[in-house]
Amino acid sequence: MSDFPILKDIVYLDNASTTQKPLVVIEAVKQYYEKYNANIHRGVYSLSEHSTLLFENARKAVSEFVNAECVVFTKSATEGLNLVAKGLPLIKGDEVILTDMEHHSNILPWQQVAKEKGIILKFARVKNFSLDVDHLVSLFSPKTKVVSICHVSNVLGCENPIKEISRIAHSNNALIVIDASQSVPHMTIDVKELGADFLVFSGHKMLAPMGVGVLCGKKKCLEMLSPLVSGGGGIKNVEQHDFSLNDVPDRLEAGTPNVASVVGLAAAIEYLKGIGMEKVTHQVNWLTDYALKKLSSNRSIVVFGGSNGVISFGVDGVHSHDVCSILDQKNICVRGGHHCAMLLMKQLGIKDCVRASFYFYNTKDDVDKLADSLSLVKEVLA
Amino acid sequence: MNMYQENILEHSRNPSNYGVLDKFTHSVFDSNPLCGDEVSIQLLVDSGIIKKVAFSSVGCVISRAGSSIITEFVIGKSVDDIKKMSKEDMLGILNVELSASRIKCALLGFVALKKSLWGVSDVAD
Repeated sequence: MSDFPILKDIVYLDNASTTQKPLVVIEAVKQYYEKYNANIHRGVYSLSEHSTLLFENARKAVSEFVNAECVVFTKSATEGLNLVAKGLPLIKGDEVILTDMEHHSNILPWQQVAKEKGIILKFARVKNFSLDVDHLVSLFSPKTKVVSICHVSNVLGCENPIKEISRIAHSNNALIVIDASQSVPHMTIDVKELGADFLVFSGHKMLAPMGVGVLCGKKKCLEMLSPLVSGGGGIKNVEQHDFSLNDVPDRLEAGTPNVASVVGLAAAIEYLKGIGMEKVTHQVNWLTDYALKKLSSNRSIVVFGGSNGVISFGVDGVHSHDVCSILDQKNICVRGGHHCAMLLMKQLGIKDCVRASFYFYNTKDDVDKLADSLSLVKEVLA
Repeated sequence: MNMYQENILEHSRNPSNYGVLDKFTHSVFDSNPLCGDEVSIQLLVDSGIIKKVAFSSVGCVISRAGSSIITEFVIGKSVDDIKKMSKEDMLGILNVELSASRIKCALLGFVALKKSLWGVSDVAD
């Protein structure tokens, strides 16, 4: 892929962590700093107005891309989840349903709130490497206020039935928060159709620069949140001892945002639309299936999950970091460890595993190299 | 870079001083949060000299080999000398090229051992 200079000498299979950036995105960031850099909002000179326009056009592009009513830019998906967990007016005794397959980013903010406000966390189980939906449903009570759940697991790759869970949450008068970090890059997402009250994702997992994430959803829900940070940009009026907040999304974006990365995100979305999300989905799923087939012919490999661009596995008797280092010697980049999902590791009865994750720019040849190098792991350590 | 040299692999396959001491003066458990590697070490110190040491671990090749090599090194040495060792000293004894993220693996046993001698839960490495 000539659009991705960095891929020339490496087999990059850590896309669930972050994707590589195409030249058009790198160029968009460069152009922004060369031609348009000025602080956004309230600048009355042309340069600032242009910068503001680029920022707001990017918001429009994101909003159209995922069909969301309202878009807030954050610095990461993690910040988006923190903003929701800490910003919702929850009180002592309120219950929040999470799952055992959540990334730590969708657990720790809720745990903090649980300790501070006395809310109660309930965890839906993982069964047969996917979500036990019946167990999740059994956790609802009249005190359930929120369900916060990943769309696609960053370890198992399984897709959770979000539309169904949204419907159940709403019929129980609970809000639904969706961590779509692993789905927005891979598939067409319609926030309204999913029934999401809140949905978060990060830009850097979908070709954009690091430093920009998205919190989007229903405007009336975003209006319920109190800001995580306050200061410049987020207010209507300031007195000595009080202030009044601006409307959403501005009130949740206090401080100078990462405008260049937001502009880069818009360029990334344009690039993805150029390829077509159906094609992205098809290529990622094809690679995943092919990799599953190749890896399953290796008897020392145990696969824990394999779908939607993610394959997690162990090599019998070998620590994941040794597997990673041995593959690294062949310029193959995969991730080992707990993948910020310690609850899931415990459910699976393991401490760590290896994860290979694909994006549309990966090739059959990449998978072949992975499989060939994995067959050497035992030899290297013999 | 080849961190899986024969001596490292040999220490990982057949670690020295692997097990548990019945009698010991110092004991420590430590882990690496990055990967979950764990190590337990016991030492028997007499008159300021390390007489016996044993370790057990769950983890990667590099961390197990590192623990094996440092336990071999410290037997018969004075506590004061070992307490003064730097991580560079440890990496020198290991004498293998490691990527940045694997240095922590290599130092797990060494850092745990130093913690036990200093009697603290954390020491500067």
